[in-house]
Amino acid sequence: MLNTLTLAEASEGLASKKFSSLELTKDLLSRIKQHNKQLNIYITVDEELALSMAQKADERLKSGKDVTPLTGVPVGIKDIFNTRALRTTCASPILKNFVPPYDATVVQKLKDAGFVLVGKQNMDEFACGGSTEHSCFGPTRNPWDIKRVAGGSSGGSAAAVSADMSFYALGTDTGGSIRLPASFCGVTGLKVTYGRVSRSGVTAMASSWDTIGPFGKSVKDVATVLQVIAGHDDHDATTPTFKVPDYSKSLGKSVKGLKIGVPKEYFGKGIDSEVESIIKAALKEYEKLGAKLQEISLPYTPYAVAVYYVAMPAELSANLARFDGIRYGSKPKAPVKDLVDHYYQARNEGFGDEIKRRIMMGTYVLSAGYYDAYYLKAQKVRTLILQDFENAFRDVDVIMTPVSPFPAYKIGEKLDDPLAMYLADAFTIPVNCAGVPALNIPCGFTSGKLPVGLQIIGPQFKEDLLLKVGSAYEQITDWHAMKPPLSK
Amino acid sequence: MITPEQVRHIARLCRLGLNDKDVEKFSKQLSDIFGYIEKLNEVDTSSVEPTSQVTGLINVMREDKESRFCTREELLACTEMPVEKEQIKVKPVITY
Repeated sequence: MLNTLTLAEASEGLASKKFSSLELTKDLLSRIKQHNKQLNIYITVDEELALSMAQKADERLKSGKDVTPLTGVPVGIKDIFNTRALRTTCASPILKNFVPPYDATVVQKLKDAGFVLVGKQNMDEFACGGSTEHSCFGPTRNPWDIKRVAGGSSGGSAAAVSADMSFYALGTDTGGSIRLPASFCGVTGLKVTYGRVSRSGVTAMASSWDTIGPFGKSVKDVATVLQVIAGHDDHDATTPTFKVPDYSKSLGKSVKGLKIGVPKEYFGKGIDSEVESIIKAALKEYEKLGAKLQEISLPYTPYAVAVYYVAMPAELSANLARFDGIRYGSKPKAPVKDLVDHYYQARNEGFGDEIKRRIMMGTYVLSAGYYDAYYLKAQKVRTLILQDFENAFRDVDVIMTPVSPFPAYKIGEKLDDPLAMYLADAFTIPVNCAGVPALNIPCGFTSGKLPVGLQIIGPQFKEDLLLKVGSAYEQITDWHAMKPPLSK
Repeated sequence: MITPEQVRHIARLCRLGLNDKDVEKFSKQLSDIFGYIEKLNEVDTSSVEPTSQVTGLINVMREDKESRFCTREELLACTEMPVEKEQIKVKPVITY
């Protein structure tokens, strides 16, 4: 039962030779074998690769040279990160057989740290969706209730950490894709400041929004992974050269005197009453720790979803224009007449409905005569949302809200109503509009035993503050240590 | 309101081959979504600058030096199309 350990515990066990990386990896692989059929978390599992990486890690641990907290610990990552020689599908038919010729920068960083890669996790196609139902490999099931969604788009990664099928994981967050599944699955998930982590080698969705971050079983584990992946990269010009702080120093500190902003736009109408009372109880815990609550207003919150569904599809449609089934990706199965017909067929066969919808939305808002009315307008309202946060952070240190207005919903429930699915991201999207970081921490369960997540939002590049605030709550509660009712 | 004719036009622009059933479905769904997006017109943005970069970076420069992610052979191995003389062979653009 090594798979139930946290990253910190696994890493300690390896360092003190209680078990080897090979034993740890075999244990995780058997856990994956036991539950993957039911939960549909992994798209690809590569046992041979995992065992050979574990063997190498054991040599490194034995030599004692260059050992890091990630050395020898086996994990899976979202199937959007390019992994050299290991199939990377983005859960899309057009990339079903794509084997990348190079590693994403963050994958290279994990490899340098001696990690063990066991496989690639399920997601919404090209990270478009909030439920992981838009995957050509079928939906991931929530480990807390298999009839429900895991959230998305990084649903496989959140569910993997929740079900002890990965010691930590990496996901991407463009409009909520780390925080939403983390909250639905009851794990810790961090959306970093735009630019804090390199995106080179990660399939682009909406380039002025995309971020990469870790999932973990605790705030400490998330801090450990962030330490390895954060920082400047020559291959991603949006990563500034700001120094990466020592995140471990933020853990276990007092939050006495911390000023917490509670935005009124995130409570009341439209929010599930159980979720609201669980969040309010969490805020009370912070008061007990000596923090001060202050009601604030982020007046442009109600426009964030509309801004996002103009700007994101515009950028997505441009990014996905490269998928033509020629240089890489599946060529059309149907016979084609000429080159244009090849494009039509390859893209029609290769993309699911949600991707087609978003490509068309983006093409429409960028087409002649509509640019000013939609794209430019959305970018202007985005400025106002960004200013909302700048103004708020003059008065308060952090902002706390629910991650989602409701807990995990039933599979299929919102599938035919794209707008209803989009509105589920109303509390996560404003954060992406402003490029600020936000942490999801588990803070309780509904009467139906579904996890609820607290969103802690901070100013740009203040990940260390979020980790400090999250870790303080974790020390007086044990929601993060709860396990879903899966067979042992 | 996004009409079926508009959907066909957009689909042509972004090279998506749709059937009639898809066109009907997307026309309805896109109309709903753009109906919601109209909300943006409630906001007065007459004196607001647009945001395209959230962390304030401007003109990030680097040395004009090439770096290789992988070899030509590895890149060519990614295609499912026929390869001839280190080039990917596609259908002719103009046919006689």
